[in-house]
Amino acid sequence: MNALNIKRGSTSHSAYDLRNRFEERLERHVLAVIVDNESGVLARVIGLFSGRGYNIESLTVAEIDHLGHRSRITIVTTGTPAVIEQIKAQLSRMVPVHDVHDLTVEGPSVERELALIKVAGTGEKRVEALRTADIFRAKVVDTTLESFVFEITGTSEKVDAFCDLMRPLGLVEVARTGVAAIARGV
Amino acid sequence: MSRPMTGAQIVIKALKDQGVDTIFGYPGGAVLPIYDEIFQQSDIRHILVRHEQGAVHAAEGYARSTGRPGVVLVTSGPGATNAITGMTDALMDSVPLVVLSGQVPTFMIGNDAFQEADTVGITRPCTKHNWLVRDTADLADIIHQAFHVATQGRPGPVLVDIPKDVQFATARYRAKTEARTGHYQPRRKGDPEAILAAVEALEQAERPLFYTGGGVINSGPEASALLRRFVDGTGFPITSTLMGLGAYPASGRSWIGMLGMHGTYEANWAMHDCDLMLAIGARFDDRITGRIDAFSPQSLKVQVDIDPSSINKNIHVDVPIVGDVATVLGEMVALWEERGRRTKSEAVAKWWETITKWQARNCLAYRPSETSIKPQYALERLEALTKGADRYITTEVGQHQMWAAQFLGFEEPNRWMTSGGLGTMGYGLPASIGVQIAHPEALVINVAGEASWLMNMQEMGTAVQYRLPVKQFILNNERLGMVRQWQELLHGERYSSSWSEALPDFVKLAEAFGCKGIRCENPADLDDAIREMLDYPGPVIFDCLVEKHENCFPMIPSGKAHNEMLLGEDATQGVIGKSGAVLV
Repeated sequence: MNALNIKRGSTSHSAYDLRNRFEERLERHVLAVIVDNESGVLARVIGLFSGRGYNIESLTVAEIDHLGHRSRITIVTTGTPAVIEQIKAQLSRMVPVHDVHDLTVEGPSVERELALIKVAGTGEKRVEALRTADIFRAKVVDTTLESFVFEITGTSEKVDAFCDLMRPLGLVEVARTGVAAIARGV
Repeated sequence: MSRPMTGAQIVIKALKDQGVDTIFGYPGGAVLPIYDEIFQQSDIRHILVRHEQGAVHAAEGYARSTGRPGVVLVTSGPGATNAITGMTDALMDSVPLVVLSGQVPTFMIGNDAFQEADTVGITRPCTKHNWLVRDTADLADIIHQAFHVATQGRPGPVLVDIPKDVQFATARYRAKTEARTGHYQPRRKGDPEAILAAVEALEQAERPLFYTGGGVINSGPEASALLRRFVDGTGFPITSTLMGLGAYPASGRSWIGMLGMHGTYEANWAMHDCDLMLAIGARFDDRITGRIDAFSPQSLKVQVDIDPSSINKNIHVDVPIVGDVATVLGEMVALWEERGRRTKSEAVAKWWETITKWQARNCLAYRPSETSIKPQYALERLEALTKGADRYITTEVGQHQMWAAQFLGFEEPNRWMTSGGLGTMGYGLPASIGVQIAHPEALVINVAGEASWLMNMQEMGTAVQYRLPVKQFILNNERLGMVRQWQELLHGERYSSSWSEALPDFVKLAEAFGCKGIRCENPADLDDAIREMLDYPGPVIFDCLVEKHENCFPMIPSGKAHNEMLLGEDATQGVIGKSGAVLV
């Protein structure tokens, strides 16, 4: 009936209704949002998520173009497909937002997170920590006789796994950057 | 290059450059330099309100009745916080506003200074965008950009927060034509492929329906003209949301009344049973859809909206078209006409037969009374006695608002100002002031309930000061009527705090304000009393004492579908189920 070939009369993609929401699968999406680097822009984006009840699993932001006053906000969010579409539409209509890229659907992409992990211990535990760090290609960036600070880069899962292994070996403190992501190729 | 000006001078110059003729505002410490500049010029008229909320609603009335942005000027701290309800109202109803607020000087920001509030922080979620101006050199650009953002795309309120030292400091002025307005350029033209799909769908439709909203009015008079051409050309029935009344004339042959929670029986049944829904500038609000999983189950849905986030928000749409209503309608009508103006006219004629049967239910009927004034009767008489006048209607929020939408007919766009999305009691009186300022010769009537009206009644002083002959038509049932109705339906007739005790004597109140008061309680006297109100050349407070326990019907109880609506004679006990009870 129509050129878009969309199913007729479907209301199954409703984002706000009285039906059982568990029927819809939650998806994890990584969004790259290019914004004007002006004061309050991060508050606007975060306010949108909290005000409309969307999830933020991770959020990173930094200026990427000093002369053009642009920042890149990388947001990892989860939601039903309809909610993800709403999030993108709501972000796109904000005045300081230039572009919203859904890296999860726009093709292959690379995701990385950096973490600094402090582990305290002596003797065999200390040796085991160093050995594990080597396997994970984590670098030692600080050391004392009783402690290490490791720097690890990778996917969030890799950082999680490393932290899990460090816990019995004397994990003291973790600092994570959140996810930065970029599309593969040009 | 022009010579340097102070920030305050730049503000006034930029407003003039933008064609502003009226500011609604209230002075205070942090905006004194701007008020000083207002004093020294005569191109822009400042209307002194009695409360900042009134200023914003007045600016909304001005904007909605003219299509031009309304301008508000308030001071820092409480001036700005008092304006928040109005800005939220304008955001929900897509009203273009530019709100200028004073701020403590930049070097005191963050020090909890006197009358300091984090205005940009507080207003971030209730504006389309806002700015804190830290440098006078940016001021002109920002004000021009503010007008651009407020009026382009889906209109809305913006706020510019101007610290006092920025108002005193000097910089060179940049004119509107030289200003940097940023990259914000919403799309206006529709996707041709989607427009083709919509036209193909309407050529094949057997039970089509136009469902139009405030977006048609916001798009400008051309959008209404195109809509009329399209509706009359196709012969399809048309219904509208509360916000869209007047885009298609109430006297038009395809008009089947407003839809939604208190819409007509025929409009809601047509929504439920149609096979093609043409949603134009309407956003599938919960007052419209009722129960979502039972919403218009058989229809193919086409939606035209300038705001991409309005599409697929509540209801899945089959053919989304992002664009300006007038632009897209122009493209759509042209394509349909070019393809030979085809419709399935036999099927549509049958569809009209069904609709005519629904219309025969006469859903707006009420039981007349000879002893008390029925609110519906009061509005029927108001309609009859003002028909043909150059008339603008504002309302407050509640039962009277729904009755006004049901019983008054709107023939033209921009004639109906009501708080739809936010439902702000206290909107109507200040809005009527803004409308009357913009249209000094017109008949401006605020259809009010006594409880709503009291919320911003201080603005009567503004009406008297500026000799604005606004008519305050108060349907006084001494109740918070809509609350009372819901308590009757939902809470076992336990009327918790829903009556108006210790009401003022409205006639004496009118005298105290220096205007005219009229009271009417007998249906036999009503026509004469309304004529007296209309004939009086100044502002009038009309205290119309109406039936106290009248309910507003038809009604779709919350959590129910369009085809489960209640009519006046239906039983009302226990109609809202458990899942509906949590909804508002």
